[in-house]
Formats: sequence, structure tokens, C-alpha cells
Amino acid sequence: MSVLVLVEHDGSHIKDATFATVTAAAKLGDVNALVVGNNADGVAQAAAKIAGVSKVYVANAPALEHQLAEAVAPVAAKLMEGHDAFLAPATTTGKNIAPRVAALLDVMQVTDILSVEGPDTFTRPIYAGNAIATVKSKDAKKVITVRTTAFERAASEGGSGSVEQVDAGGDPGTSSFVGLEASESERPELTSAKVIVSGGRAFGSSEQFHSLLDPLADKLGAGVGASRAAVDAGYAPNDYQVGQTGKIVAPEVYIAIGISGAIQHLAGMKDSKTIIAINKDEEAPIFQVADIGLVGDLFKIVPELTEKL
Amino acid sequence: MKLLVAVKRVIDYNVKPRVKMDGTGVDLANVKMSMNPFDEIAVEEAIRLKEKGVATEIVAVSIGPGKAQETLRTALAMGADRAILVQTDEEVEPLAVAKILAKIAEEEQPQLVVLGKQAIDDDNNATGQMLAALLGWPQGTFASKVEIADSATVTREVDGGLETVKLSLPAVVTTDLRLNEPRYASLPNIMKAKSKPLAVKSPGDFGVDVARRLETLKVTEPAKRQAGIKVGSVDELVERLKGMGIAK
Repeated sequence: MSVLVLVEHDGSHIKDATFATVTAAAKLGDVNALVVGNNADGVAQAAAKIAGVSKVYVANAPALEHQLAEAVAPVAAKLMEGHDAFLAPATTTGKNIAPRVAALLDVMQVTDILSVEGPDTFTRPIYAGNAIATVKSKDAKKVITVRTTAFERAASEGGSGSVEQVDAGGDPGTSSFVGLEASESERPELTSAKVIVSGGRAFGSSEQFHSLLDPLADKLGAGVGASRAAVDAGYAPNDYQVGQTGKIVAPEVYIAIGISGAIQHLAGMKDSKTIIAINKDEEAPIFQVADIGLVGDLFKIVPELTEKL
Repeated sequence: MKLLVAVKRVIDYNVKPRVKMDGTGVDLANVKMSMNPFDEIAVEEAIRLKEKGVATEIVAVSIGPGKAQETLRTALAMGADRAILVQTDEEVEPLAVAKILAKIAEEEQPQLVVLGKQAIDDDNNATGQMLAALLGWPQGTFASKVEIADSATVTREVDGGLETVKLSLPAVVTTDLRLNEPRYASLPNIMKAKSKPLAVKSPGDFGVDVARRLETLKVTEPAKRQAGIKVGSVDELVERLKGMGIAK
């Protein structure tokens, strides 16, 4: 089977989610990669070095610079004439583009796969991770998005794929990029952080959320996350949100502070290697999934912990 | 300007889904069902656009069982003007839903279709994008802000922050959580909604084959994590973190 992987990048660097997607793709067959952008040849060269990638197709055009789905999907759909499966990471970029490719190919997408059980059989979470479905695709071609925390990352070096320029298509002219308000943070991105400290509604205010969690995160070199309750209460911006409706993370260590452990939050972090929970309610559901728990008042514990680290 | 909003009847978001013992799916018998929360946000956004004078008519559409009429009545009570139910007892996948919605869009000629970014049952996050592809329209997915003039300016919640795109109309918008807070329908509006028009159709009326492309082989409970230990003090926690090499 010949598989096409969408490479997610920011114009100069390949995003981490791509490497796990390559691993998932390699379970299906021979992996080729697609890089779309404007002057993305550098990214294409880097993609060709990913272990397991045979060939990189690169499409360059001004209309592709911001990887808007309207321009990218037709390029991918055209290349799919010569491939059996299209895989994208289940990031906001992949989730925006892949269903559009699927519809152009008249294929029902297999969303957010956790495992590859066979050439047409996959597992995927449904009901916010409360159930896992094993599904078999009857479509001749597959379009798949990948839960990247469920797969090991392919090595970024070691491959020696070739690079081929492909037709970038025309500008559909229906959408244009206006701007990106990037979250300002010196901290590691949540989806690639080794350690995450995450806060819940128990912090009580945005000021307390940041004045307590930021120093702790700085000490640990950690990313900062939040529960949906904390985001809804305005303590943290939405891109901090960990959970089924936010980001799915799987760091080495996840420290949940003042988070009760609603099912939708657990769906976003339960694959973390070690979970540490700090909560004043010893009955909180978060303790049922935590490897290490500490019951107590976060307003006392967090400053003490920060000081002693 | 006419708006189309699509709504789905799903398990209520406060209910913990239970996997059936025989592994065929999630038990929905005698379970509270509601409008998909993201679709509520879509209905609310449409109503706000009408209140601002941007939209003139809101048509709510649902594809699902007869009981999805209740979901459409909720949309009507919130402020939609009329409703279309495409009735089927089959579980319709996003691709087929998108095909039916595309046919309805061709008939109704809306300038904007607003949908939730995903349904909280199958978690596909695909219908809006597929609809946009089938119609050849632009898409503003995961929207946290929507401004309509001659074009649509949509701010999108993306992994790295907020991205703003400009879309020509007609367009498809899918809603994220922070776009708005949906209103509750008032009792007088619930009463009034009962007399608003609701047309019932079938997938066959639109010539759309709703046969599933994905066969569900089984549905299981996720693997459970075991609860670990509790430590008694911050000092103990620090020792543990040192043991893991996280702290020095």
C-alpha cells in the first residue's frame, strides 16, 4: 500500500505531530510525504530525512503559504490518484484539511486513530474517549487522521528520500490569511512538552493561576495547561486547554493541580506516563488515575513545592 | 441573507456514556438526549447575526431519527425561523450528512452554513469541512469569532493561537466553544416554536445514499489506569520527582 502523509510545518520547521503520523503510516505501507507551502523546499529536504519516508512531494505557491484547506485539499486529492491512503496528524491543521480531502475523494474519514489493526481496520476514541471503537473502512482509498500521542515518533534523521516538485494547483481565491495571533510563550508547546503543570478552577482567578503555576513551570521547564473549567472561567486562554475539546497530551509527567478530573479532561491526558495530582478533595476522580497523589490546599502546596524544587 | 444551521441530537453532555455489554456500541436506551453543544453555539451565532440585522432567515436542519424533531424545536425556540428534518433511523456518517446538507444548500441558497465543529458522540469533526468541499465553498473551522460583511472574517482556534481568515461568501463556519454562550429558550418562545414550520424529508428525497462506509466491528471500554499511591507531604513529592529525574 502506498501512503501519503501530510507534513505539518511552520514554513521552516516540521511540527512534532508529523513524526508520529509517519509511524502510523509505516504500519500501512510505503510512506511518501506531502509538503505544501511557499518556498517550502527546506522543509521538504528535512522531511526527506525522516526515517521511513521514501519520497517527498513538495508544492510551492503563494496561495499555499498558510496551508489553508481550500488550496491544500485539491493538491492532496490530486496526488491521491497514485496513493491508497492519506494520513494527517489530528492537529487543528490536519483536522481542517483531511475531511476536505476525504470529501473530494468521496471517502469517509477515519478520525483520530489510536492504532492500526490491519490494512483497513483501526481503533479510535468516541464519546470523548469513554469508548473505543474498532472500525473497518470499506472505502477503496483511506483518509485518516492520527492521534499522535498514541504512536511513537519516527526518527527525524536517517531517511534518504527523494524530493519531487508537484503542481501547486491554482488559487481557489475563496479564502485568504489575515493574521496569526500566536500565543506568546517561552515555554515548551503542550503537545511536545516532557513535563506539564496544569491548573483547574480551584485557582480562583487568572492572577492566582499565573502567579502560582508560572514559577512552578519555570522551575520544571514545563508547559502550562488548564482544564476546560479554568479556561471557561477565563483563568487561562483556550490554547492552554487539555482535554477532549482541547489538546490531547502525553508527557512524561503531568501534574494536575486543583483539577477534579472530569472525564473530558482525563480524555486529554490519561496517556501521560506519570500523572501527579494535587487536590484538596481526596475523593476527586483525578486520584483514580494518578500515580502519585497529594491531598491538600494548593495555595499552600504549590508555593512550597516551587520553593523546594 | 439566509443562514442554514445544522444540529444533531446526541447523548446529553452531562451523561456518562456506558458501553454495551455485547460490545456493539454505547447504550442509548433511556438516556437523556440533547442538542450537540457545539451545534447550540451554531444556532446561537446564527440568531445573533439575525439580531444584528446581517441575517434575515435562519433554517435549522437535522438528519436523524423522528425524535430529532425535538432538537429542531429547541432550535426554533431559540430563534430559528423554520426547520427541516431529514428523517432516518440509520446512523448517518459525516460524509452522507454533508451530501444531504449540500443538496439542501443548493435548494435554499444560504450565504452561510453554521455547524458545530464536532458532535460529542462520534467525535469526527468532519461534517463542516466535507460540506465545504462538496460545495466548493471556503471554510472557517473552529471559529471563536465571526464577522460578516461582504465577506466573512473568521477567527479560528488553532494549536498555536488564534488564526484569522477572510472567506468569500457563501461559506461554511464550524463553531468552537468560546464563540458564544447559547441562550436558554424562554417558555413563550418554546410555545411559539410549536407553530413554526418543520418539514420532514428522507435521504431518498435528496438522492443521497446513506450506507455506511465504516463498519463498526466492536466498541469497548478504554483501558483503565490504576490508582497509584498518595504521598503525605510536599517533601515526599519532591523526593519522588527527584527519583524520576524531573527535579534536581
